[in-house]
Amino acid sequence: MQKEPKFKKLRTRGHRVVLNRSKGGDGAITVLLFIAGFVMILPLVYTISQSLKPLNELFIFPPRFLPMKPTLENFKGLFYLMNFSWVPFSRYVFNTVFISFAGTFGNLLLSSLAAYALAKIDFPGRNFFFQIVQKSLMFSTSITGTIVYLIVAWLGWMDSYVAVIVPAFASSIGLYLMKQFMESNVTTAILESARLDGAKEFKIFWSIAMPMVKPAWLTLIMTSFQGLWQMGGSSYIYSEQLKTINYAIGQMTAVGVARTGVAAAGTVFIMIVPIIVFVVSQSNIIETMGSSGMKD
Amino acid sequence: MSKNKAKVVSRKEMTKAQWTLHQMNVNKIGYFMIAPFMILFFLFTIIPVALSLVLSLTNFNMIEFPDFVFMQNYATLFLDDELFITALKNTMIFAAVVGPASYIISFVVAWFINELNPKIRALVTLVFYAPSLSGNVYIVWTTLFSGDSYGWLNGWGLKLGLIDTPIQWLTTKEFIMPIVIMVALWGSLGMGFLSFIAGLQGIDRSLYEAGAIDGITNRWQEVWYITLPSMKPQLMFGAVMSITGAFGFGSIVTTLCGNPPTDYVGYTVTHHIEEYGGTRWEVGYSSALSFLMFLIMVGANMLVNKLLSKVGR
Repeated sequence: MQKEPKFKKLRTRGHRVVLNRSKGGDGAITVLLFIAGFVMILPLVYTISQSLKPLNELFIFPPRFLPMKPTLENFKGLFYLMNFSWVPFSRYVFNTVFISFAGTFGNLLLSSLAAYALAKIDFPGRNFFFQIVQKSLMFSTSITGTIVYLIVAWLGWMDSYVAVIVPAFASSIGLYLMKQFMESNVTTAILESARLDGAKEFKIFWSIAMPMVKPAWLTLIMTSFQGLWQMGGSSYIYSEQLKTINYAIGQMTAVGVARTGVAAAGTVFIMIVPIIVFVVSQSNIIETMGSSGMKD
Repeated sequence: MSKNKAKVVSRKEMTKAQWTLHQMNVNKIGYFMIAPFMILFFLFTIIPVALSLVLSLTNFNMIEFPDFVFMQNYATLFLDDELFITALKNTMIFAAVVGPASYIISFVVAWFINELNPKIRALVTLVFYAPSLSGNVYIVWTTLFSGDSYGWLNGWGLKLGLIDTPIQWLTTKEFIMPIVIMVALWGSLGMGFLSFIAGLQGIDRSLYEAGAIDGITNRWQEVWYITLPSMKPQLMFGAVMSITGAFGFGSIVTTLCGNPPTDYVGYTVTHHIEEYGGTRWEVGYSSALSFLMFLIMVGANMLVNKLLSKVGR
């Protein structure tokens, strides 16, 4: 004899089905996330806290987590002290800002243009090109660093901004995300009607497709900007006046304990900017990532 | 001839090659649009891999004219370079621990966040994503694990009487691997994690309602029967991100423990490539290392992709 299967009564509210959620489960998830989140954020908070400590508080025993008398001296020191070094701090800031902006801009432009063609123009070979880009996500380009170095040297780009900016233009993750997003968010019918009206393809790309994919721009800006902003001592650049903030901060940390606070202030400066960029564009980035999936 | 051109072309009257040529001609603007990106992409990503294969078969060292040595570099790697074996072992351990762990953590955290009230989701997402955003903040871990008594861990260990002398956390053999793995995991909730967050939000609620009608009684069943199968593309993408990240993280070791670390514990293939490629300029040998790493990374990705594509079939 077969037993009748027991059915739990379906709960509904109005016309909607209420999903089965236990109070205990909700509570456990909240508590777990709270603890884990605390651990994640602690080192970041500690960096900020270190940067706000006056020098004498950085070396008390046992170390305190939060500063007793928070001060902005370290941040002042970052700008003031470093302006007496051979290369003024403002120059490092300029270098980082310039490299980040130029690299991000080029990456956005080249990736969008290529992504548009790969997503919306039916030319033979487009699948091949996209597959190569997608497969290239499977290895990190750091392994071929030596050979890229030789290529950059061969191009005669050594010791110039170009050496770090131009390679950043062709990031595969940027193209990948942009193409996936365009595929699902740019309506082909609109493009077709523009084509019938005789619009040039570049015009369609620029004034129809691009305005439709603003979330993807922001995502590309974030990924590209983050990498360039945090670039430290690059082996392509050896002139001190072309080096980045991150490099300068690394040097400060190496100098030793007297600069601990100032170095922490510098680290905060490097760390906070990409976080702000992310916060501003978060909802757009999540929207873009919605189409990031890989189909085999 | 001109008559032929004027004729309206139709797919049926052409051979496959003719049709392809026709399509290429009609859509040639496409090639112009991908050209700037693709030229740079090939120059800085694809050609270096191809060149590393070619150079790995030579003894290129920047000084002498390179000779073709066939598999000699690879033979040396496996038979006559103990340090490489150490590096390979470390890299494999890191990848085998950090890859799957970061993948699972990314998914579980994303899933838990999705169970929260929508109002606080964005904030919690930021908290978990911030470490991977802040990049070089690895440096803060050197303060926490600092070897003197001002280091956070040592300071409190001494104060509370758990230890009697400061421990050199980052230069003691036993601690290097666990600390580096922990820090790597801390910063590993990256693109894959965001993709999961987005994927989870994109699943249609009606699927869950249908599931509830079909007898799903709790969220664990829900995630197994509905959520995971519905977000397979994101799972694939996340896997690629996790694996690639897990293989290429020598920089954390360098930042925390220096290069080379004590007794080469935590010395990875990335360091070995830097040593031969960047310091000694034995480009042929370092190319063999690069190409081998390329094969390992792509191989691991392909394998995992295969496994994932079987899920839910």
